[in-house]
Amino acid sequence: MNVLIYLIPVAIGLGALGLMAFLWSVNSGQFDDPEGAASRILMDDDDRPAPKRLSD
Amino acid sequence: MTLAVPPLNDGCPSGLAPPSPSESGDISAFVRQSGKLSRIDLAVRGAKCGGCLSKIETAVQALPGIETARLNLSNGRMAVSWTGALGANRIAETIRALGYGVAAYDTTTESSTAQKEERNLLIAMGVAGFAAANIMLLSVSVWGGVGEMGETTRTTMHAISGAIALPAVIFSGRHFFQSAWNALRNGHVNMDVPISLAVLLAFATSVYETLIGGQHAYFDACVMLLFFLLIGRFLDARLRRQAYGAAHELAALQARSATRIEASGEAKAVRAEDIVAGDRILLASGERAVVDMVVTEGTSEIDESLVSGESLPSLAAPGRKLFAGSVNLGQPLQGEAIAGASDSLLSDIAKMLEAGEQRKSAYRKIADRAVSLYVPFVHTTAALAFLSWWWLSGDVRTAVMIAVSTLIITCPCALALAAPVVQVVASGRLFKAGVYLKSGDALERLAGIDHIVFDKTGTLTLGNPTLVDTGLPAPLLDKAARLARASRHPLSRALVSAAGPGGIAANVTEHPGLGLEAEIDGTPCRLGSAEWVSIDQPPASNGPSIWFAEGDQTPVQLKFIDQPREDAADTLAALTARGLTMEILSGDKMQAVSTLARTLDVADWTGEATPQDKVNRLEALRDEGRKVLMIGDGLNDAGALSLAHASLAPGGAMDVSQAAADAVFSGGLGAIPEILNASQAARRAMLQNFGLAAAYNFIAVPIAVTGHVTPLIAAIAMSASSLVVTLNALRIAKPGKRSS
Repeated sequence: MNVLIYLIPVAIGLGALGLMAFLWSVNSGQFDDPEGAASRILMDDDDRPAPKRLSD
Repeated sequence: MTLAVPPLNDGCPSGLAPPSPSESGDISAFVRQSGKLSRIDLAVRGAKCGGCLSKIETAVQALPGIETARLNLSNGRMAVSWTGALGANRIAETIRALGYGVAAYDTTTESSTAQKEERNLLIAMGVAGFAAANIMLLSVSVWGGVGEMGETTRTTMHAISGAIALPAVIFSGRHFFQSAWNALRNGHVNMDVPISLAVLLAFATSVYETLIGGQHAYFDACVMLLFFLLIGRFLDARLRRQAYGAAHELAALQARSATRIEASGEAKAVRAEDIVAGDRILLASGERAVVDMVVTEGTSEIDESLVSGESLPSLAAPGRKLFAGSVNLGQPLQGEAIAGASDSLLSDIAKMLEAGEQRKSAYRKIADRAVSLYVPFVHTTAALAFLSWWWLSGDVRTAVMIAVSTLIITCPCALALAAPVVQVVASGRLFKAGVYLKSGDALERLAGIDHIVFDKTGTLTLGNPTLVDTGLPAPLLDKAARLARASRHPLSRALVSAAGPGGIAANVTEHPGLGLEAEIDGTPCRLGSAEWVSIDQPPASNGPSIWFAEGDQTPVQLKFIDQPREDAADTLAALTARGLTMEILSGDKMQAVSTLARTLDVADWTGEATPQDKVNRLEALRDEGRKVLMIGDGLNDAGALSLAHASLAPGGAMDVSQAAADAVFSGGLGAIPEILNASQAARRAMLQNFGLAAAYNFIAVPIAVTGHVTPLIAAIAMSASSLVVTLNALRIAKPGKRSS
């Protein structure tokens, strides 16, 4: 049973790590625009088309 | 200039929202400077999908000097920062040219409290979830080790659980404790009182049990309780913030600017709220008036369709009074403000909206009614359990444990999730159908309606006239269109869209109230009223018309009608089949309204109704006890929309009306039966959920008061009831086969 002395803190530590990641993501605004984030991943940034009809 | 923009490229590429009407206005008054960097926040209307996002951001980023341009698709705000001489109006113009509506968003008018609350709830939920998962880890080993685990190990496990639970309860539970304390101090009881009581008592008895080395500790239950409840709270806060954001579009609308002519004769862009009565205002072509004013110089035509519902423009000459919300279609006008922005018509309508909102909040939600039945029941049961066990066994500890387990097991997890989950699922289903729901309880109200009031212009009809095909030769149409392209008059626009892309005649002159004139291939051509082409007695016509004259040839009449939407007749028939009654309530001319009412077979109609008439009619219907659904799009409908039992606005509606309505739909009137289906399904699911929660308590309470609840049973029962309620809500995610 002595192994519990290590395992319980390890388990809690891992959970705390997850919690910290969650708090970081909330505070860095990653939940502010869920719809936009879902669409942004589909956007091709590398071949951005030249804006048509606008710069004339 | 780029007049021949193909209409297909306008607005949302997925067709989720129609192109928003473009109106210009000087927004440079809203730019904030910090060093070299200029910043502005814009409210973009009509952006609904990833295509819109990339279209808008790419176009704006291509402008010279742009540092960042980021559009938030969830709330339609766009933050732009740039260096150099680029003007804010150029940015707005770029977005407008893509077919989206854009206005400056005054960040000072936004209160970020709601967003903060939502974020705090999310964090609290995360913390409670973390704590619940870790405590459950320890609890499972305690439950699994019954009979084998030594008392020391068990107590250690409980102590660690307690150490995790203490900060979690304090941090995540404070939302409930505060609210419960406030309610108690004011002599009320709300849902948070039994919640707080259950959590605190469970925690306190668990600490006591741990200290004396007892067998049962309820740390897992009290944290899991908080976790489930916070999920419900978070979903609810999120829906409410969306509704709040929509209501604040009104503030964004009022954050407009106007061009004021200073004493020195210099024209300067100022915020609408800085204008006071007596200021001289310049109203440029295409600009919307932000304050009520009297025209002092210039003649032009103005579009008052959003103010009065009148579909054709009228002439504005010196001395004419213009209401805020009117759009100048022709030459620039100068005028004198007769009221500040806060006393203008727009603000009157905003006041009407507020009054309507207050009445609406008098509606008692199903959830609130359930809670008011529930709270006394739980408290009485727990108190009775405590007293009887105390009296019967004479053991305070047992009595307290049983009272606490009763409180925990009856605690309204399922009740707290019952309504929010259904609302989230239903609004997701409606969003896919192109309907943007603004508040959760709107679903309940929409489900209960029995009478529909329609506005005419823009709701049942397309809102803009279309050319009637009378077999005119294409070359003639083309010539007329070359004149018409120079004008913003709705009939000219209709002519242009019928003629398709093409050139524009040189040196077109516009004579307000009469028409247009220019030379095409050396021949003087005129397009305008009958008077303008020297016809004294025009033939009677049942719709608006204009005349085109080429040189000395006989003028040709071009007829227009404001066509009903394609799906109007079908939708109305479908709604009648549901047993709903309807009427048309319009601000347009009697003639136009009666023609449409006949076409659509609606017996009950009213024409030439002022905004006040509409409000009065809605109040009369309310007094009759009817549950009215109002569907309208204009500024003149806003008051009525907010007063109705439930209200809808089409996607092309005026901002204020969208703000006033419970839901905004795009994709035609065909969405209305689906909205009613979804809301009725939602109400059914909600009632079922409350039924399930009640049934659960019916089973759980006897088990608890007889003292058979262990922490294991409490944990299973709580999770199971929450899961059942959530699964039941998910059933309505897709339109069902039943169409009752």
